Amino acid sequence: MENQAQRSPKRRISKDHWTAIAFLIPSFILILVFVYGFIGWTGYVSLSNYNSLVPDFSFAGLKNYIYLFNDFRFQADLRNTVFFTILFIGLVIVLGMGLAILIDQKLKGESIFRNILLFPMALSFIVTGVVWQWLLNPSTGFNQFLSVFGIQPKWYTDTTILAGFEWGSIEFGLPVAIIAVVIAAVWQMTGFSLAMYLAGLRGIPEELREAARMDGASEFQVYLKVVLPMLMPITMSVVIIMAHISLKIFDLIYAMTGSGANFVTDVPGVYMFETTFRGNYYANGAAIAIIMLLLVAIFIVPYLWSSRKGDK
Amino acid sequence: MAAFPIGKLIKYIILIFFAIIFIMPIYVILVTSLKPLDEVSLATMWTLPSAIDFSSYVEAFSKLAPNFMNSIYLVVPATLLSALLGAMNGYVLSKWKFKGANTIFTIILFGMFIPYQSILIPLIQFLRTIDLYNTIPGLVLVHVVYGLPITTLMFRNFYASIPDSMIESAKIDGASFLGIFRHIIIPLSITGFVVVAIWQFTNIWNEFLFAVTITTSDQQPVMVALQNLSGSQIVQWNVQMAGALLAALPTLLVYIFAGKYFVRGLLAGSVKG
Repeated sequence: MENQAQRSPKRRISKDHWTAIAFLIPSFILILVFVYGFIGWTGYVSLSNYNSLVPDFSFAGLKNYIYLFNDFRFQADLRNTVFFTILFIGLVIVLGMGLAILIDQKLKGESIFRNILLFPMALSFIVTGVVWQWLLNPSTGFNQFLSVFGIQPKWYTDTTILAGFEWGSIEFGLPVAIIAVVIAAVWQMTGFSLAMYLAGLRGIPEELREAARMDGASEFQVYLKVVLPMLMPITMSVVIIMAHISLKIFDLIYAMTGSGANFVTDVPGVYMFETTFRGNYYANGAAIAIIMLLLVAIFIVPYLWSSRKGDK
Repeated sequence: MAAFPIGKLIKYIILIFFAIIFIMPIYVILVTSLKPLDEVSLATMWTLPSAIDFSSYVEAFSKLAPNFMNSIYLVVPATLLSALLGAMNGYVLSKWKFKGANTIFTIILFGMFIPYQSILIPLIQFLRTIDLYNTIPGLVLVHVVYGLPITTLMFRNFYASIPDSMIESAKIDGASFLGIFRHIIIPLSITGFVVVAIWQFTNIWNEFLFAVTITTSDQQPVMVALQNLSGSQIVQWNVQMAGALLAALPTLLVYIFAGKYFVRGLLAGSVKG
């Protein structure tokens, strides 16, 4: 009540309030210029003929976008992104939630397990890429164990497309090579969802589970009917955050495999980098960047919008 | 002694299985990087070295040391500046809310989700114009600016837990905007600073896209140098492994000694409070 009185509309904006706003303004302007201004500029470049070292800002319409959507490499990138994103998010959620539930059982040594499963989060995607490149190298690494079972996967060098069908100029289906990259990415990021789910599980009062057990629910039902629904907001956050990481992924793939034969492990992030900074196709690179931004925005904008409303 | 329940045993087996898988890359890094050169072969990747040999580290260190220092010069000022600005923004946006404050916050926050590819071409152009292209200060500027959304978010969430009544009573006592910040907020936000600093340190140290596009050879941070090392055909992979460990060491040490704060940062940056 006291607060409401102080926030009455008649209260004048104090001098201190203006000071507060003045302190925010530099950061806000930096964001306006460096984020929104530069995005606008990139959009402008993507509509130009700037495809060589010499700047050429003449208007090209959607030429660069049309080029990309007919481009073998970019079509492959979109396919790879779809499968990478689905597999990556699915595995990070299933493993993160499953392991969090196990760790939350008050077993001995839970902190040791937690620390081991979380540590890859502190590493760089570059380090992960450099190391997993060797672990999943077809002639070494895990294949030395798997040879006992008589299987020798080709990992990221495999050019097979599973369940493929013709789509544009590419074969659409699951590129087997992408699985190797997914494994490395899951190894690195599972800790993230694990930490989120652990925090979520701590927030579910034991009485709720106890009450369900009293009603005769089995342990499995308790998790399915009580715990899982309560973890739903966390799952939403994990999906959004993992989706935006996966849509803009670059370093891991660049360090681990590069684009691969027939672009089986290529992604828009790698294509954008190579075409812009190695090939000087600035307008094409800008168009790829804008498409990446739009893909990310599909996930992020509704998420930000809903949490902004929740703030009020 | 109570019988060991079978359910518990299965849970342990699953956890131990995953723990082994997760730790395996570290095992490979360690055994490979400690082997003498003549024992390094793809066929003996998993075997222990016959004798411990640090020559891989010596070689990796001689190649990475200058870039390692570049990373230090980058990460220290960038972390401090972005934390300080984030604290200020978070303070304004949580304790001095004005009409439209939430909208401004959302506008700032969007900046942490964008793919940086979408600002990279103008950014480089801009850095060339102000003569900061291919310099560490240029990278510092970039990391401070694009670090603003996350540090603002973290501090705003952190300050939400400081009761408004403390601020209100300080105002009644005549404390000013800056006075309250200095005498009430800062002393209460030591934990916040530790969490944000660790988060920013880890992210900036590990960052690659800005580093590889904004700097060349001499100015490059350690992650770019590591990538060059592994991309090079003539460098033995035991040296690559040693290099990977050296490059990862600072963030690993932070995780080992301050893991609790690292995880808090991870949660603070993802769950909107």
